[in-house]
Amino acid sequence: MADLRCKIAGVSSPNPFWLASAPPTDKRYNVERAFEAGWGGAVWKTLGEDGPPIVNVSSRYGSVDFYGHRMMGFNNIELITDRPLQINLDEITAVKRDWPDRALVVSLMVPCTEQAWKAILYKVEQTGCDGVELNFGCPHGMSERGMGAAVGQVPEYIQEVTEWCKLHTSLPVFVKLTPNISDIRRPARAAFDGGADAVSLINTINSIVSIDLDIMAPTPTVAGKGVHGGYCGPAVKPIALSMVSEIARDPHTRNLPISGIGGISHWRDAAEYISLGCGSVQICTAVMHHGFRIIDDLVDGLSNWMDEKGYATLDDFRGAAIPNVTDWQYLDLNYKTVAAIDQDKCIDCGLCHITCEDTSHQAIRAEKDVNGKRTYTVIDEACVGCNLCYLVCPVPKCISMNEVDNGLPYLNWTEHPNNPMK
Amino acid sequence: MNADIRSGRLDPDTIGENFSELHKPLTELQAIQESARCLFCHDAPCTEACPTDIDIPGFIRKIASGNLKGAAKTILSENIMGNTCGNVCPVEELCEQVCVKNTAEEKPVMIGQLQRYATDLVLENWIQLFRRAPASGRKIAVVGAGPAGLSCAHRLAMLGHKVTLYESRDEPGGLNEYGLAAYKMLEDRAAREVAYILDIGGINLETGKTLGEDFDLAELRRDYDAVFVGLGHNTVKALGMKNEAVDGAYNAVDFIELIRQEDLATLPVGRNVVVIGGGNTAIDMAVQIKKLGAETVTMVYRRGFEDMGATDHEQQVAQTSGVLIRTHAQPHRILAAGGQLTGVEFEYTEKDGNGRLKGTGETFVLAADQLFKAIGQALDATPLEGDEKPELIGGRIKVDEFQRTSLADVWAGGDCTPGKDLTVTAVQDGKIAAISINEYLNHG
Repeated sequence: MADLRCKIAGVSSPNPFWLASAPPTDKRYNVERAFEAGWGGAVWKTLGEDGPPIVNVSSRYGSVDFYGHRMMGFNNIELITDRPLQINLDEITAVKRDWPDRALVVSLMVPCTEQAWKAILYKVEQTGCDGVELNFGCPHGMSERGMGAAVGQVPEYIQEVTEWCKLHTSLPVFVKLTPNISDIRRPARAAFDGGADAVSLINTINSIVSIDLDIMAPTPTVAGKGVHGGYCGPAVKPIALSMVSEIARDPHTRNLPISGIGGISHWRDAAEYISLGCGSVQICTAVMHHGFRIIDDLVDGLSNWMDEKGYATLDDFRGAAIPNVTDWQYLDLNYKTVAAIDQDKCIDCGLCHITCEDTSHQAIRAEKDVNGKRTYTVIDEACVGCNLCYLVCPVPKCISMNEVDNGLPYLNWTEHPNNPMK
Repeated sequence: MNADIRSGRLDPDTIGENFSELHKPLTELQAIQESARCLFCHDAPCTEACPTDIDIPGFIRKIASGNLKGAAKTILSENIMGNTCGNVCPVEELCEQVCVKNTAEEKPVMIGQLQRYATDLVLENWIQLFRRAPASGRKIAVVGAGPAGLSCAHRLAMLGHKVTLYESRDEPGGLNEYGLAAYKMLEDRAAREVAYILDIGGINLETGKTLGEDFDLAELRRDYDAVFVGLGHNTVKALGMKNEAVDGAYNAVDFIELIRQEDLATLPVGRNVVVIGGGNTAIDMAVQIKKLGAETVTMVYRRGFEDMGATDHEQQVAQTSGVLIRTHAQPHRILAAGGQLTGVEFEYTEKDGNGRLKGTGETFVLAADQLFKAIGQALDATPLEGDEKPELIGGRIKVDEFQRTSLADVWAGGDCTPGKDLTVTAVQDGKIAAISINEYLNHG
């Protein structure tokens, strides 16, 4: 059995699976249930400054369902914790005391003054927690008050606040980044320059998940009105993976530890994040959909896969995919694949044909014999190797994309004769 | 020996339970999940297999998107009795048989059930999806208010023609009203569908009017611009044996009609029952008499399982209902005492060298309180007699691909014409005939 122990920015956990800062980590009760189930760590739901508690609305979550599948995408308009600061601090202290081997990081969001950060850091340090995560990402509510994404969208603020935090605490500092910017490398560089020990990403994406067409208002709907909320869940994983890869590839932040977040539902998703350099991964929507018991498959599946591949520890494949993420201009323009249909597996749905015919390259022939038996075959000369048929085919391993040995050498755009800039 | 025939062998609650519909309607969740299973095939085999050419992937996608009204219109535009057909079509040998999910998962998409789900919506909420074209001034007589006649009348009405629909029974619906097994189709559903069809307007229904008695074909041809004949089967085949009319011996179709129309608790039910035949009617009869409380029900068919007209699915329904199916035996003698059935003697059969069926000479007797004959129905063409009558073929009215008979102004369809005896094919016949009649009236 593979060793899943994880260490990121000095924070250790028995496995890389942490609960992200969110509703599931708002209370001792929830976090302890997660730890009992086997979760490696948790980032406590964001604490704010001491004072009148936060007020939340009723009707807080929205979902993107797809053909019967619930919560392919998910969003929320909840704010940071609405419980008194001291209660949270006491519970964090108790959880860390009772679960010393688990990673317990505390998410923070206070106004953009050095004094505010200093004050909260002092209190949090007393809990014995393993680190802090600066919430510069929340896109709704708190950002209207100059916090969350309002800070995360300005690299200079990120750097300044990170510097304050590093000055006022010895705890590892994770900076959680918002994806609601045009180039993720800029806030990541600012965090790095400010001395961050790690970045966590992505936070949620600005979103309206749906409009209730009966009342003509966004969902979730609060007394007939709605707002944009923070989008997460399986649908956001591709966006997050891309942003993680950009930070991992950026020479400026190349060695900055990353805690990966965004749409992780299965162990395979986690392995993908780790292959792009992530230390730990954080999960929320999947547990809000199925409960904490999904940890069993996350751990088991990752471990079995690592055994199969011969990876003894997470470090054995951490970042292994980074060298293969490149820029388009360096792709081999002489590389060629052609689709092939396994006629024994084909069930005659014809989707490969109609999608290629209507929307691509007219490279799949449809034939029908006198008995109505349909046959779909690839026209090799017309196939550009786009993958569309392979992607729409409902049958596993029925369509394969096979490399054609055309004897041509590697040739990228920078060297291509058609490149006018060459 | 007195025959043991009585009503109320089971208490009314149990009978009610036994006759609740075979297939419960899909729940919303089931419809969401089942519609998501459809791959939306190109050149879909299911549509090709549908006798009425329904765009099946098209309507299922509309269910999936929440456009139930659109789904219903896609269905009903091709098959105005799509609700019934969703329930009673032998989908296992039509659309669902060729669903690609059979290959992929050994389980087709539940097309019939989804079709019912979508069409239930418009019938339950009485959403009229069709409008009549401006009046054409043409009049057409449709004889027989079964599936073929109703389908023809509806399409003609849609096209703006004025239809008189003659029906010899007291109620319209034909086999849908009188002939389908009660556990497959609760009677109010058939009546509701007919009412929905007639609701389009322009159809004048004349019940209790029989061709050959109250009027004849020549009159119709004189008084109307065109005539459609959908007589169905108006007679049942007989065994041609002594004692065929004794007490306790019935034509299955007559009894099935009683089941649809009468209080189930009052029907006479024998203790030991024999059903002769191998088609879906025999199955419907056997299953229903079992559901009414018969102690033993034996269905006897002269050939093998593979030759049965009843589909595999129907055979399974019978067997899981407790019906014993015996094959390779033909009735030899009907046994009676004092004018009352006592049993049936059967002779074993085998195929001779030419594949023809013959008796082996060896016999056995099944004691029976009731005998139901379900060996087939036929067209009695006598009502069509007159100076000019349409040509017959194989005992049925000969028609071309447009359902035209040998008479230029007479069309026919449904069970009185050659082809499969299914509701869905009858509906298609009626639709095709109506379109053809319309062409004829517009272009001669």
